[in-house]
Amino acid sequence: MQIANANRLTPYLFLAPAALVMTVALLYPIGYMIYASFLDWNPSQRIGEAEFVGLRNYINLLSDAAFLESFFVTLKFAAVVVSIEMVLGVGLALLLDRNIRGMSVLRTLFILPMMIAPIVVGLMWRYMYHPSVGIFNRTLKSLGFEPIPWLSDGSWAFASVVIADIWQWTPFIFILSLAALQSLPQSAMEAARIDGATGWRQIVYIKLPLMMPVLIVTLLLRLIDAFKVLEVILVLTNGGPGLSTEILSLRISRTASEFRELGEAAAMSNYLLILLVILTFAMFAYNKAVEARTARLRKAAQEGS
Amino acid sequence: MPRIVFDQVSKSYGAVEVLPPFDLSLDDGEFTVLVGPSGCGKSTTLRMLAGLETVTSGEIYFDDAPISKLDPKERDLAMVFQDYALYPHMNIAKNMSFALRLARVPKAEIETKVQRVAEMLNIAHLLDRKPAELSGGQRQRVAMGRALVRDAGTFLFDEPLSNLDAKLRGKMRAELAEMRDTIDKNMVYVTHDQVEAMTLGDRIVVMSDGLIQQQGSPEELFKSPVNTFVAGFIGAPTMNFVDGELVEEKGTLWARGDGFALPLPEEAGARLATAQDRHVTIGLRPSSFTTDLTRGAPIELKVVVSEYLGAQSVLVTRCGGAEILVETQSAAPVRAGTEQAFGVLTDEIMIFDKTSGLRL
Repeated sequence: MQIANANRLTPYLFLAPAALVMTVALLYPIGYMIYASFLDWNPSQRIGEAEFVGLRNYINLLSDAAFLESFFVTLKFAAVVVSIEMVLGVGLALLLDRNIRGMSVLRTLFILPMMIAPIVVGLMWRYMYHPSVGIFNRTLKSLGFEPIPWLSDGSWAFASVVIADIWQWTPFIFILSLAALQSLPQSAMEAARIDGATGWRQIVYIKLPLMMPVLIVTLLLRLIDAFKVLEVILVLTNGGPGLSTEILSLRISRTASEFRELGEAAAMSNYLLILLVILTFAMFAYNKAVEARTARLRKAAQEGS
Repeated sequence: MPRIVFDQVSKSYGAVEVLPPFDLSLDDGEFTVLVGPSGCGKSTTLRMLAGLETVTSGEIYFDDAPISKLDPKERDLAMVFQDYALYPHMNIAKNMSFALRLARVPKAEIETKVQRVAEMLNIAHLLDRKPAELSGGQRQRVAMGRALVRDAGTFLFDEPLSNLDAKLRGKMRAELAEMRDTIDKNMVYVTHDQVEAMTLGDRIVVMSDGLIQQQGSPEELFKSPVNTFVAGFIGAPTMNFVDGELVEEKGTLWARGDGFALPLPEEAGARLATAQDRHVTIGLRPSSFTTDLTRGAPIELKVVVSEYLGAQSVLVTRCGGAEILVETQSAAPVRAGTEQAFGVLTDEIMIFDKTSGLRL
C-alpha cells in the first residue's frame, strides 16, 4: 500500500524542481505584474505604498489616444510583416525545393539573417538607412535620384522597420515551408504530374493544401513573435518619428521608464499578454482539431476494413 | 492504344549505368508484366515510360512517334502506384476526377464517368470519404478507379498489390485478371512476384541486373526458359539445379550426377551431343517427379522433410550432396526419413551450361 503510494508520487517528485523554477521565474513575475496593474505605482515607492486603484489603469488606457495609436501600429506592423513574410518565405521554399548543385549552400545563406542577434540587425540597418553615409542613399545619389528620408519621415520609417523585419524573419518561414515541402508524399506529386498538374496547378491544387497545417502553425508562431518585437525598432527609430513606429513593447518600456507609471505599464503588458494568449490558444486549438480529425479518420478506416 | 517500342533505351544516374541500352516492343492491347527481383530495373523502365524519369539515351516510341521528351500528361497514360498515391486532402470523388477537372471536362460528364467506374469497382458508397478513412484494399480500388476514369490509352501499374495482405492480394489479382479481359488497353505491370506475373501477363518480360533475360508468354517462360535465372525465377516451388555431366552410353545420352543417372530423350540427346563442355547444370522442376514409377526414369531420393500444403506436399529430399524439392500429391503420403524411389519425366529435364547458365 505504502509502496504503491510512493510509486504514484515519484513522477511529481521528479517534476518538483522544474515546477519550483517555473514558479519563481515565470509565475511570480506574471503574478507581480498582474497585481501591479491594479496599482497607481511610482518607481520611487515600494510596492506596498502604492495606492490600489482597481481597474482604473485598464479603463484609462482604453481612452488613451497614444496607447490606442501604438496598439494600432503594433497590429498594422504584425499584419504587414507576417503577410509579406509568408508570401516571400513560401514562395522561396517553392522555388528552392529542387536538387540543383549548390542548393544547400544557397539554403544556408538564406537562413543566415535569422541567426543574427536582433540588436545587431537593428544597428546594421540603421547604418544602411543613414541619410548621408548609408548605402541606400549613397546608391540613390550616385544614380541621380533624390535621397529618401528612411528613418526621419513617418511613413518611410514604418516601411523601413517593416523591411528590416522581413529581411530577418522571412528565413524562418522559408525553412519551415521547405521542411513541409520536402516531407510531402513524393508519389502523390508524381500522380499529380501524370494527372496533368504541372507548375502552378501542382502548387495550387496539391502542394499548398498539403502544406496548410504547417503553414497555419508557422503563421501563428510568427504572429505571436511579431507582436512582441522590440529590439530592431528600438535601435532603428525608438518609436519615432512621432508615434509612427511606436509598437506596444516600446510604449510599455517608455511608460515605465520615462513616464514613471508602473501600474499603467503593467496594465498595458497585460493587454498584450491577453492578445498573445488568444493567439497561442488559437494555435493549440488548431493542433487539437487536426489531431482529432486524424484520429477520427483513422478510426473510420479501421471500421471500414 | 499505341504500340510501344523501346529503341536502345538506357538509364544512368551520373556515372552509374543502371539500365544498359535495351530494345523492347509491346503490342497494342497487350498486358505486359515486367518481373524481376528488386533492383533489376523494372520500375525504372516503367517510370521512364511514364515520364517520371528521363531517358539517358535511346528513344521510346508510341506508334512511331517519339515521346521520351514529352511531359507525363502528354503521353495519354494512367498509373497506379505501389502506395496508391492518393491526394490526402481530397475526397474519393475529387481524387478520381482530378485529371478530368484539370482537363476542363464538363461537370456532368465527370460525374457520370466517376459514378460508372465507382460502381464497377464497388466504391460508389465511399465517394465522399477521405483516403485516410479507407482501408488498404479500398484505397487500392480508388487508385485503380482514378486510373480507369482517365480512359487513357495505356495503363501503368507499379507493384500495385504489394502493400496488401496475402488474402486481399489474391482477391485483387483475380479482379485485375478480370479487368484485363474486359478493358482493351495497353497495360504494363511491374511486380517482383512471379505468381502475379504468370497469372496476369499476356507477355512476361523477366529482368535481372538491368538486363532483359527473356520475354514471352507465361507458358513459354515456364517450358523453355533460356537460362538458369529465368528457370529459377519462374515457377513455384523453384526449379532444382544439380551439377552433373553428360555421358554417352549405348547410343543414349545420360545426365549423370552424384547418386543418379537420367537418360535424355532422343531429340535432346541429338541436340546436346555436340555440347563442348560435358560438365553441366541439370534443371529439374519439382513437378517433374512422379510417384508412378512406370512413367519416368527411376531415381532414389532420401526424404528429409515433408511440407504439407493441402492437396499437394513439397518434399525436401537429398540426392548425393544436393537438396532436391519434389512436389507430390498428399493423397499418397511419404514418410520423412525414408529412402524413396521416384520417376523423373525425362522430357522435362533441362540442361544448362555450367558457366554461362544458358540453356543448352
